[in-house]
This record gives sequence, C-alpha cells and structure tokens, in this order.
Amino acid sequence: MQGLYAVFRKEICDHFTSYRFVILFALIAMISLITSYMAGIHLREDLEALAKTRYPFLMLFSTPGAMFSMVQFVAFFGPLIGLVLGFDSINRERAHGTLIKLVSQPIYRDAVINGKFLAGVMTVSVMLLSIILVITGFGLAIVGLVPGVEEIWRLFVFLIISIFYVSFWIALSILFSILFKSIVTSALASGALWIFLWLIIPVGANVLANAVAPINAHEETQAETIIKNARIKEITSLASPMVLYSEATAAIIDPMLNTTRSITLMGPMEKLLSSRFQNPLPLGQSLLVVFPHLTVLIAITLICFAVSYLVFMLQEIRT
Amino acid sequence: MDTPTVIETKDLSKEYDHQVAVDHLTFSIREGEIFGFLGPNGAGKTTTLLMLLGLTRPSKGSALVCGLDPMRKAKEVKRRVGYLPENVGFYGDLDAVESLEYVASLNGIRGTEARGKIEELLELVGLSEDARKKVGAFSRGMKQRLGIAEVLLKDPEVLFLDEPTLGLDPEGAVRLIDLISQLNQERNISVLLSSHHLHQVQKISHRVGIMITGKMVAMGSIESLAKEKLGLGGREYSLEEIYMKYFPEV
Repeated sequence: MQGLYAVFRKEICDHFTSYRFVILFALIAMISLITSYMAGIHLREDLEALAKTRYPFLMLFSTPGAMFSMVQFVAFFGPLIGLVLGFDSINRERAHGTLIKLVSQPIYRDAVINGKFLAGVMTVSVMLLSIILVITGFGLAIVGLVPGVEEIWRLFVFLIISIFYVSFWIALSILFSILFKSIVTSALASGALWIFLWLIIPVGANVLANAVAPINAHEETQAETIIKNARIKEITSLASPMVLYSEATAAIIDPMLNTTRSITLMGPMEKLLSSRFQNPLPLGQSLLVVFPHLTVLIAITLICFAVSYLVFMLQEIRT
Repeated sequence: MDTPTVIETKDLSKEYDHQVAVDHLTFSIREGEIFGFLGPNGAGKTTTLLMLLGLTRPSKGSALVCGLDPMRKAKEVKRRVGYLPENVGFYGDLDAVESLEYVASLNGIRGTEARGKIEELLELVGLSEDARKKVGAFSRGMKQRLGIAEVLLKDPEVLFLDEPTLGLDPEGAVRLIDLISQLNQERNISVLLSSHHLHQVQKISHRVGIMITGKMVAMGSIESLAKEKLGLGGREYSLEEIYMKYFPEV
C-alpha cells in the first residue's frame, strides 16, 4: 500500500503541475463554457415557447447549443483527455531509466501501474466534476434554473458513467505505453484508435448493414430487410465506445427517453405507447434501459486495465 | 567459515530464446566484503544482478540474498538490497531533495525521519550545496552520487552497483570509489561492484570475479589470481594484467 500511495501522490502531483494538464483543462473549460452558454441561451428561448417540461435543468446538458451538447462534447473530448493523460505513463519512465529504479524499490510491481491508473482516474474525476459544477452555475445564472433532487441524482450518475468512459481511454493509453517502447508510437497509436472508433466504425456499420441487407430507394423493400438493416447498423456501431457512451448517457440525461432503439426497431405497440404516453421515467427505470450499455462500458474498462496489468507484470524490465 | 554469506548462488542460469546469458553461476559473497564483478560488456553481469533482485526469473538454479529467495521474497530482498542500475535515470524536473523524498516515500520513510536522513545523505555524498538544484541540470558525477544517496536511504545491507563509474571523469571516478570504500568500512555494507575501471576496483576490492559469456572463469582475491595466472614472485602486478590473461592473445 505504501508504494501505491507514493506512486499515486507523485503522479497526481505531476498531472496537476504539468503544462499538458493546464492546457488541456483550459481548452476543455473554454469549450464547455461556450457550449453551456449557447445551450443556456437556446434553452431560455425554448422554455418560453415550450409547454411545461418536468426537468428543464437537465436540458442544459442535452441541448445542442451552437455545435454540440455537453453530452456529445464529453463523448468526443473525453477520449482525448484520457489518452493525453496516459499515453506516455510507462514508456517515459522506461526511456528515462527511472522504471528500473522504481521497481527495485521495496514495493510490489503492480503498485506502479495501479498508482498511475488511479492518479489518472482521480485527475479526470476532478476535471469532469468541475466542468459539471461550472455548467450548473451557468444554469443558475443565465436561465435561472434550480436543479431538483432527481436532476442532481441523474447528473451524479452521468458523472460516474463519464468517469468510467474516460478511464477506459486511460487504461487503453497505458496499455499502449507498455506495449510501445517509443512515446511517439504510442501517441500515434492511441490517436489512430480514437479516430478509428469515432469515424470509421459508424461509417463501417452503415456500409456493412447495406451490404448484408440492401435497401433500395426505388423498389419496395420488405419490412424484414429494413429491420435487419437497422439492427446490423446498431449492433456494429456499438463496437465504438463513443456510441456506447452516447446512448447510455442520453437515457440518463433525458428522462423522456425510454429506449435506446431507433424508431424502425420498435414494435407497433411500443411505437403507440411512446407517442401517446409522454411521461418521464424514474431514474431506476432509466438505468434499466441502458443497463447493458453500462455493463459493457465498465467491462471494457476493466478488461483493458487487466490486460495492461498482466502485460506489465510479465514484462522483463531492464532499463 | 566464520563470516556469514550475504549472497549465495547455485547453478544460477538464464536463457533468452536459446541464448545463454548466464551459465550455471555458482558463487558467494561474504558479509562486509567488496566483490569486484568484472567482465566484458554483455557477459551477463546485469542479468545476474537482476536475478539476485528478483526482477528476472532464473531459468535454472537458485540464489539466496540475505538468506532469502529473491523470487519468492522479492519485496524483502529489495528492502535489504540497494541497486544502482547502469545509467540510472532521474526525474529531471525534481530537485535533489524532491528526488530523495520520492524514493524515501517508496521505502515507507516519511516526515522528519525522511528529512533528517536526506540531509545526512546529501552531506555524505557531497551534494548539500546542490540540494535545491534541478536534477536535470546535474553533471554525470553528481547524478551518480545522488543515485548512491537514493540507494542508501533504505539502510541497505548489500549494495549492487552496476558500472557506477561509467562515463565519469578520473577525479569523479576516484571520489566515487572512495565513497564506496568509506561506506563499506563505516557502515559494514557488502558491495557487489561491477566496473571497467580495473585500477579502481583493485584498490578497494577484497575479492574479484571475472565473468565471460555467462561463466565465472575466475574468482578469488587478487593476490591468489596473480599467483595462479602470472606465477609471480614478488614483482608488481596490476589487475589489468591478470584480467587480460583470460582473453586469448589478440
């Protein structure tokens, strides 16, 4: 434990004093301020026109302002935070010859990797929490909205999911920093994977779905084909953690959302119900809707960390 | 034997992909001894040290360090053994005191105890005046001395020094060797010293071992090796002369 704590403290200290963190935090604070400001302005206009909504405060996070909503923003930038915090965690120590010194101290070897991972998670938690608090403050100031208990709980769940999501990217980048001896290679590899999961998978899902179950615009297509097409598209795009996270948090932030499925995949009764009865779900039910997403998100985070843990423990360290 | 051994190996071997790095190594080091560990680059000296620390798993054979098996009790062994790796690295953005504080915290030494020790060790290695300088600006000799201070934090029983004099200027090397000798005499620390500065090794070693391609080809006090290889009467000899005898004529 003493080793874990020492490494954790050193890493936290490094994160918070590094220029990298300061620049990253400034960037994210700036974007989230603009996003929430735009969302707030939109929301104020909407609320005047809109019939009474039950949870206006949460709309601060789900309304796209100028470009994207807060949820979309975390889905897109969260990976960047995670990757930047972790991509050089092990191979930098190796390149500087400090890793061998670290493991020749009377600590268990896993203290090094656990300490680094936990420090990353801690840093991200502080970052995300402060962003949420800033937006909450904006909501109070610009729109004059006060969050209710239910909304605070939902935001808390959103925060936890976001931390897991970014932790997945930290674990991934730590894995790369163990696998690749060169810092540049691991930075490029993690960047490439980010772009792949963000851009290629959704496009690939479309291509795959149209190849397996083609929909022709001019001819009449069977309903089964359309359903098959939609289902393939959905399942394939879930391979991207961004999609996984977006769908999971959408249901948490928006209590009106009672399924993650697209409208094509709903049965007739379901369609009727969702158009006739527009009532918000309680938080427990919202969680149930995205339960599979949450399980997978937590699972990939843990698996990713477990793999890096194993690789690191079995690796021979000479420098 | 009256003095107990601190390191004992029996048939210690390590293979990498069918390439033998260390070949049935059997040797022992007694308490309070400085053992000069000699041999060309790539002879398997570092691999041997890593196996003795429990950082590398031996393919065959066994080792005892301070009476403990390094593979099973790695943490206890590392508590007793200070290892200064070849080309030891530092966090360039920390100063000398901060570096030592980090190592102290990894060893579970905290607060006033750590502060007192750090001050004392900086004095010992002659870095008191540079205590608040960034390690990134240190010269090679200063870094090696800081490295020695780091391994001394845990009050080790044994020191493994892997090429501590590598790349040092003659004066720096002499000062470092004197420091090692002083530590051995004042604190009764056993030292396993690997170095190419044969003249310096000869000055302070009680015994030497010469390792070539994974095998210990010679071991003993310098006089006995001199007798064996040079067959000398009373004439002057140097460790270098002895050392060269183990290599075929060029």
